Amino acid sequence: MTAPLLEVRGLKTVFHALDGAWPAVDGVDLVVRRGEVLGLVGESGSGKSVTGFSLVQLIDAPGEVIAGDVLFNGEDLRLASGERLRSLRGDRIAMIFQDPLMTLNPVLSIGEQMCEAILEHRDCSRQDALNAAAKALSRVGISSPETRLKQFPHEFSGGMRQRVAIATALLNEPDLIIADEPTTALDVTIQSQILYEVQKLSRESGTAILWITHDLAVVAELADRVAVMYAGRIVETGPVDDILDHPLHPYTLGLLNSSAATINPGERLKQIDGAAPRIDSRPSGCPFRPRCERVLPSCAEEDPMPQIRGERIFRCHNPVPHGEAS
Amino acid sequence: MSPSGSSTQGIPAYADTPLRQKVLRRIRSRPTTRGAAILLGGFVLLALLAPFIAPQNPHDLASLSVMDNRLAPGTGGMTGMVYWLGTDAQGRDMLSAILYGLRTSLLVGLSSTAGALAIGVAAGLVAAQLGGAVDAAIMRVVDFMLGFPSILVALVLLASIGRGVDKVIIAIILVQWAQYARLMRASALVERRKEYIEAAINFGLPTRHIMLAHLLPNSIGSVLVVSTISIAGAITLEATLSFLGVGVPVTQPSLGLLIANGFEFLLSGEYWIAVFPGIALVLLIMSLNVVGDRLRRSFNVRA
Amino acid sequence: MTAYVLQRLIQSVLVLLAVSVVVFFAVYGIGDPIELLVPPQVSAAERAALVRRLGLDLPVWQQYFTFMGNALKGDLGRSFVHGVPAIELILARLPATFELVLLAMSLAAAVGVPLGLLAGLDPESRPARLIMGGTVLGYSLPSFWKGMMLILLFGVALGWLPTAGRGEMVSVLGFQTSLLTVDGLRHLLLPALNLAIPNMALMIRLVAAGTTEAMTQDYVKYARAKGVRRKRIVGRHVLRNILIPVVTVVGIEFGSLVAFSTITETVFAWPGMGKLLIDSIYHLDRPVVVAYVLLATLLFVLVNFLVDILYAALDPRVKLTGEMA
Repeated sequence: MTAPLLEVRGLKTVFHALDGAWPAVDGVDLVVRRGEVLGLVGESGSGKSVTGFSLVQLIDAPGEVIAGDVLFNGEDLRLASGERLRSLRGDRIAMIFQDPLMTLNPVLSIGEQMCEAILEHRDCSRQDALNAAAKALSRVGISSPETRLKQFPHEFSGGMRQRVAIATALLNEPDLIIADEPTTALDVTIQSQILYEVQKLSRESGTAILWITHDLAVVAELADRVAVMYAGRIVETGPVDDILDHPLHPYTLGLLNSSAATINPGERLKQIDGAAPRIDSRPSGCPFRPRCERVLPSCAEEDPMPQIRGERIFRCHNPVPHGEAS
Repeated sequence: MSPSGSSTQGIPAYADTPLRQKVLRRIRSRPTTRGAAILLGGFVLLALLAPFIAPQNPHDLASLSVMDNRLAPGTGGMTGMVYWLGTDAQGRDMLSAILYGLRTSLLVGLSSTAGALAIGVAAGLVAAQLGGAVDAAIMRVVDFMLGFPSILVALVLLASIGRGVDKVIIAIILVQWAQYARLMRASALVERRKEYIEAAINFGLPTRHIMLAHLLPNSIGSVLVVSTISIAGAITLEATLSFLGVGVPVTQPSLGLLIANGFEFLLSGEYWIAVFPGIALVLLIMSLNVVGDRLRRSFNVRA
Repeated sequence: MTAYVLQRLIQSVLVLLAVSVVVFFAVYGIGDPIELLVPPQVSAAERAALVRRLGLDLPVWQQYFTFMGNALKGDLGRSFVHGVPAIELILARLPATFELVLLAMSLAAAVGVPLGLLAGLDPESRPARLIMGGTVLGYSLPSFWKGMMLILLFGVALGWLPTAGRGEMVSVLGFQTSLLTVDGLRHLLLPALNLAIPNMALMIRLVAAGTTEAMTQDYVKYARAKGVRRKRIVGRHVLRNILIPVVTVVGIEFGSLVAFSTITETVFAWPGMGKLLIDSIYHLDRPVVVAYVLLATLLFVLVNFLVDILYAALDPRVKLTGEMA
């Protein structure tokens, strides 16, 4: 087996405040293989977005990545210089942000904002860059790209702007695209169109994708493997079918039961009781303990360590036995 | 904090990074305003007590000795009195002149702000409450007034009504009321959308009662906070007008007029006639600004 | 676009009309100019003749209509003091004020934008705090006081720069200008700096606030995620967004610069139209005051209009339509 594209070990990102340094990402271990789509799933506040930005060291004060290794093609990004990181961002690792309405600069043309992603990384003429941008736009299904390049963001709908972002991410044929809930702000039909296109494009170009989302339905449609995140750590990882069919962590089971896409018609949706703990008040032991239906006395005393079972890894003292899902 | 106890409370040893120190410094740093407040209080006290503490009555020409004109600071005069801040061209003790000038400057600044505030608040309140054509008419006038630089409006106005303490106050009121009207209207409009006002309207309370008993007291706060800084603006405007010779009369000089009188001697090296009143004026304006800005910040008002 | 221009034109005419009424009637209250113009020994008959000749015996509204009728023909009355058309008097002083304002505005932008960027990029740093503290002094201290301090420092104490008058001038296209001679520029520097300081402070505050805000925007983070260099992020993404409020302020403040030039011109004995206004107020030269205000209003209206057009050119989101207020 070749070395993975991205290997993350013990990643820890804190947010400094007067009364402490609160860990939004609290020891994340993660592997992304070449060309695969990994779905990173969790509720809001679970730290999944912060994880995405921590990978490329795009965390601003008062946030700070304080521990862990981020090995990308064998190179530790935490030790990389600012210029080295810059040259990787947008070239080998591209990102797609959550809100397409906010990510494009309102006063610069689409063409300029796409071209800079090329021109900041390689020596080529502006015209070559424009041609490449036009080609990328037509790849994501935008017609008359030459005209569109001259337009400004406000002349595009939300869905179109996200297509622009995807096209921009594809420009340099990166090894990895980190997509931070890119379809959440869009309506459902456009969402599935974009999912379909992204899947197709990643297959064609062999680009790996880390798809961050709160929506298991999206993961089911798109991902090869899934990592479930809770309270700043990965609680369960494995191939998508295994996890959807037989979740091991009670939290994953709860997520499945509350997702409309994964239950049979006629069944009732079940919400997980309670809410994810705030960053400054996580309980001792297993952080899911107060909301867990399968809680044991030992959960309060001992934080469960990762256990490996075949292709799967989970952190739970009392995993869900087979056959209890759904 | 959660009652269940937390494993991650406090700062893990390895998280005490240089960045953390920087972040904490940013959160904790607060500029001190105490000095400015004390200074401002001192100025008000000096202005109030001027007749009792000034070594000389600068308006009483009989007590002045023309022989003592333009004496340097610290010089003793013919009358045996020591002029700590020097004398002006009429032989007037600058220290006394400044104390009395402070009185005039503060008088003009405070009374014009009070006047502008009264008119502006009334206009803004009426505009917000009545809406429609009345609102449109008032706001047109406000926009018109705010469209012109205040110094120009005051200048032309004083050109037509002549100089005098009362005239300057009128001129400043006329250029400043509009800003209060706009603020008050905005503040009252926000307040009017709140439920208790709607309840009062539905209850059938008379408009006047709603305006005066509910809308006014609950929306005037931000306007009052902003008016603190505007006192500095009013004092600056008065000083400027007096400097240009269209402000207060020579018989009742403000700090601005004292500076103007000293201007012609500046180039010949007799700096004290203009510079000392200038320093007093600058300190007064700065202290008002600092205190006002602090008030604005702590009440979270956007001007 | 045409609808918008038309609407703005009508608005402008209304503003001018309103100003003309207000100013004419306000200034009518100025003391009796005859007292000032005529020596006491002149006979009552001669005095009455002069009153009639100047039209001062007519009712005030009739004087206004005469005035407006003439104004539409480009005649804003004759100076009582100088005996020449008021408009000529003002236009003769216009170049002096214009070069002052122009240099002041350029200084304000040239200093204000870079300092504002510097302060806005790292607002907690020591230089940033120093700059921001300086801006408070810059806009809250009275303009005449700052002018005097400049004179005291550069004129009296250091003796580097002249403190009064326009200095040596050359004629360009029929206008006298100090901008093109060394001596003229030396004379121009202090008054222009004094006029520029409050605008510099305003510009710094505006740019700093805009920069700090822009740097936290998603589009900046996105540009970083694309690997765009910091130089380009600041110089293109941020600056391009800040340019919009800066241009607006330059336009709006142009009017107040003209107004504030009255103070600066008085302090530095600069023979511009502001100095003329003050002198005319002293001498109760009513037609000149009225003409000045009308001309100044015309200038404000014109500049605001130009700023709107420029604004639309800078911000692709703005379309000029008839409905815009």
